[in-house]
Amino acid sequence: MDRRTTIKWMLAASASMPLISKRAPADVVTSKVPVLKGYGTDPILTRDYRRGELWPLVMTDTQRRTAAALCDVILPADDVSPSASSVGVVDFLAEWVSAPYDQQKYDRTLILRGLAWIDTESKRRFGKSFEAINETEQHAICDDICSEKRAKPRFARAANFFARYRDLTAGGYYTTPAGRKDVQYIGNVPLKSFEGAPRSVLQKLGLADVVMRTLPQGKLT
Amino acid sequence: MPFITPDQISEKYDVIVVGSGAAGGQSAYTLSMEGAKVLMLEAGRKYDPQTETPMFQTPDQAPLGGSSTADKNFGFYDATIDGGWRVPGEPYVQSTDNPAGRFDWWRPRMLGGRTNHWGRIALRNGPYDFKVMTRDGLGFDWPLSYADVAPYYDKVELLVGIYGNNDGLENTPDSGPGCLLPPPPPIVCDLLIAQRARRIGVPVIAGHRAVLTRQLDFKNSPARLHPGNPRAQQIIAQDMRQRAACFWATPCGRGCAIRANYQSTTVHLPPALATGNLDIVTDAMVHEVTLGRDGLADGVSFIDRKSGKERRASARVIVLAASSCETVRILLNSKSAHFAHGLANSSGKVGRYLMDTVGASLGGQIPLLESLPPLNEDGASESHVYTPWWLYKEQLAGKLGFARGYHIEYADGRRMPGVSTFASLEWLTGGSYGKKFKEDVRRYYGSFVGFDGRGEMIPNEKSYCELDPKVKDQWGIAVLRFHWGWSDHETRQAAHMQQTFKNIIEAMGGRVNGAPQSDGAKAIQTGGSLIHEVGGTIMGSDPKNSVTNQWGQTWDVKNVFVTDGAVFPSNADKNPTLTIMALAWRASDHILDLMRRREL
Repeated sequence: MDRRTTIKWMLAASASMPLISKRAPADVVTSKVPVLKGYGTDPILTRDYRRGELWPLVMTDTQRRTAAALCDVILPADDVSPSASSVGVVDFLAEWVSAPYDQQKYDRTLILRGLAWIDTESKRRFGKSFEAINETEQHAICDDICSEKRAKPRFARAANFFARYRDLTAGGYYTTPAGRKDVQYIGNVPLKSFEGAPRSVLQKLGLADVVMRTLPQGKLT
Repeated sequence: MPFITPDQISEKYDVIVVGSGAAGGQSAYTLSMEGAKVLMLEAGRKYDPQTETPMFQTPDQAPLGGSSTADKNFGFYDATIDGGWRVPGEPYVQSTDNPAGRFDWWRPRMLGGRTNHWGRIALRNGPYDFKVMTRDGLGFDWPLSYADVAPYYDKVELLVGIYGNNDGLENTPDSGPGCLLPPPPPIVCDLLIAQRARRIGVPVIAGHRAVLTRQLDFKNSPARLHPGNPRAQQIIAQDMRQRAACFWATPCGRGCAIRANYQSTTVHLPPALATGNLDIVTDAMVHEVTLGRDGLADGVSFIDRKSGKERRASARVIVLAASSCETVRILLNSKSAHFAHGLANSSGKVGRYLMDTVGASLGGQIPLLESLPPLNEDGASESHVYTPWWLYKEQLAGKLGFARGYHIEYADGRRMPGVSTFASLEWLTGGSYGKKFKEDVRRYYGSFVGFDGRGEMIPNEKSYCELDPKVKDQWGIAVLRFHWGWSDHETRQAAHMQQTFKNIIEAMGGRVNGAPQSDGAKAIQTGGSLIHEVGGTIMGSDPKNSVTNQWGQTWDVKNVFVTDGAVFPSNADKNPTLTIMALAWRASDHILDLMRRREL
């Protein structure tokens, strides 16, 4: 990494993001996306990028409303942290599905189709769009599609969409200051020294006596 | 005026150094500190880590949360410019569509090359690693021994700053007195790995990385680095004072604006430039070493990427440090009546015996590490601990089914969340969403551990590169075509890694994410993808089957030297960068010697 650090850690955290797979929807969403370039191979790394400054955002207002409702079902406000839509996750998703890279182009089809599906499903079951139904009703739909493993065959595609949508929503959310605070990430600040974990934590885990140095006999403790 | 344009190139250089990474940086440093006039030619653009490094930037400040894209293959903040697996306008060719025969080639186009983003893992080769053929009958011995290189490992460690312990383990050498900086304390998961892996006989010791855990010893080291050279001592002492110690934040892979880790641009080049003996031309794409009538090289031809024009530079000695494959490409493109198949290629071995590191990975989740209190585990970015190869005796006795070893690197801790950190958790959460998902994320954050095996590949006849007969880059220069093949030694090793990782995860009371791959051919990562490619102009003791001698001096043209990884006749599991630097220093000392004796 390292050059591989980030990548390694992403892999450690979970299986990497699903790449373009055979599960790709056969047809393509027809949205008017012009051929765009990315940020190139030498972007300025030290500045703050605003969503939408590099490529136009393709989500319609309707799509954004459904997206906001669904990402708040996935990450609602609770006692610890705010809801996904309140910290800009919809903008993150809009930037993502609008980007001119292969993974994002694949996701655009998957996500925009999925949002359309969930709205249609909501109208079919409850006569109203997904953003307008109540929490119990939203959960009734999501319970059918929240597990790729358990979803019934007729919901397989929707479950595939939901899994990806949840991953991206979490990706957008936990990279914000509010998300970092939620998981109690306290790094990315300069320290005078690095001391490792407090002894009390190590004692609790039974690790207080583990030493890193090899003994003279070559025996490791 | 250290950074110059092609028009300002003077006629009076002692040495041209092609490339500015670990090999080029070290070569230029050693040569210029000892008084040689050096011209460095770098294919990429000028790059200044002190102003360009995204220190403390968070993923939400980057497009797409900093994710990998076709433009930035290792993520937005990775210190790679104008390159990655592809360089615009500069293709390379695969000889086959078969994934097992594929070689991926990582190239940046920037001053300092890959040293700007590398993992900083800095391990010494051990005594066995230089005499592999003698030990097990496979591959090639080096024409030098560990004792020949040890003093240079010491020097490089003193100069660049490496943390680690001396553990006295087999074929895992101790450093000279005072060479290593203290390693950072292990993070929680490191300690759990150490405790549990040791129970099943797998050692875990302090990592060795090029990060300053404290300021370098600017009082004592300069005299050890440059004995009898007060001016060099003064320059490096001054420079060491200006390098800050690590402040335990912001990933090393972005580069380091406070110069707390090693990259050529922050460690080798500033003191070399301070001597006044080094000129650097960037955007200078060298494609040919030219031959004079006397049979010696008289200079190089390069494309000035800014103007697209062909330019020349000349010197008494040419040092190729362009990275293994690019060095091969330059030699193969340097055709003349004398060398119809490329310069210094009378053996036919230029491009041969290309090697990478064997890589295989597995991840796990460790319930013991769930719901820990908040801890800052940024540390030195990674690798506070690692596992050196430990089964030497079993292997030599033929009990393992593969001939060479691997080490293990661990990816763990409560790192800054990225876009994928909480992706694909269904195997743990059962597909939760809502408040339950938030609770799950809090619970599992920091409880993952990744295992990366890094193993030795034995050189073989199937793995090499050559010029493609048709394809040219945007400058009209012939490009490389790669051939690749693993032997059973590598694939069995990869399968062994998988089993070891599973055993450690289970010893930690954890769950394997997915399943360990028992088929090594499926577990092994693509050739080249570890970015440890070496070989291509291997050193040896016989001009008939090697390209250079032990100093990287080509057998055929005595004033052409190779100081990058191309000279490696074997590729130990140890990451190659430290050895590249040690050998580059040693070769440069030899060049200085020969120049003083007027033999060059």
